[in-house]
Amino acid sequence: MSLYNIFEISGSAMSAQTVRLNTTASNIANADSVASSDGEVYKARHPVFSTIMNQLGNAQSGGVRVAGIVESQAEAIARYQPENPMADDEGYVYAPNISLVEEMANMISASRSYQSNVQVANMTKSLLTKTLTLGQ
Amino acid sequence: MAISFEKAFGVHETALNLKAKRAEVIANNLANADTPNFKSRDIDFKKAFELANSQRASKLIRTHESHIDSRIGTEIPGLSYRIPLQPDTGDGNTVEAQIEQTKFAENAMQYQTSLTFLNSRIKGLISALKGE
Repeated sequence: MSLYNIFEISGSAMSAQTVRLNTTASNIANADSVASSDGEVYKARHPVFSTIMNQLGNAQSGGVRVAGIVESQAEAIARYQPENPMADDEGYVYAPNISLVEEMANMISASRSYQSNVQVANMTKSLLTKTLTLGQ
Repeated sequence: MAISFEKAFGVHETALNLKAKRAEVIANNLANADTPNFKSRDIDFKKAFELANSQRASKLIRTHESHIDSRIGTEIPGLSYRIPLQPDTGDGNTVEAQIEQTKFAENAMQYQTSLTFLNSRIKGLISALKGE
């Protein structure tokens, strides 16, 4: 029965969006964590989504999965803060290049997608319940 | 006169099946609303319904285990790509969430309509059997 597949599809999308929300939360939380060198600094993380294909490669009843998480290649921002205990010999600390505006937009998009998938699952649930009581 | 269940349920059984499949396709579109390069798809109900009615009797049966299962990889009849209103979204994704949501709701209503028809058919059969 294909209605049951919808729970799998919507469920996969919900977990993928949760990963996206998680990375966004991590990026926002670490927006101000400084490090003493360019290499040690936190890099913004973003998930990459891909469709789950069936055996023959057609995404008839797929869902979505997180193919991987990529780290941002943006260069760290150097701040002159000689009084900071993390500062290097020249008095610089390095802050991650995270755009808060971008992260907030990402967060809203992820939560909206999550909501629409919850709605789909709910609707499917009521359809299935009605189907089960057919003829009663 | 014998009661034929096949005739009693008529087209509603096929319709219900197709609508369940369509719900799955649209749910998949919504799930992939943020997947790069994903192309939105939908079932053309009219085409799928005609095909389902004409192909009812034809079915391949596996008589040997090394035969390829004919059901694997057979696309749902009438399945095709949706033409997006906004052709370029920047990441090759053609899912328009608002359209998918309305289509899903529409399909759910149609599913419930079919269920109501089936329900009344069953009630009719029951009252015929009881003969009260």
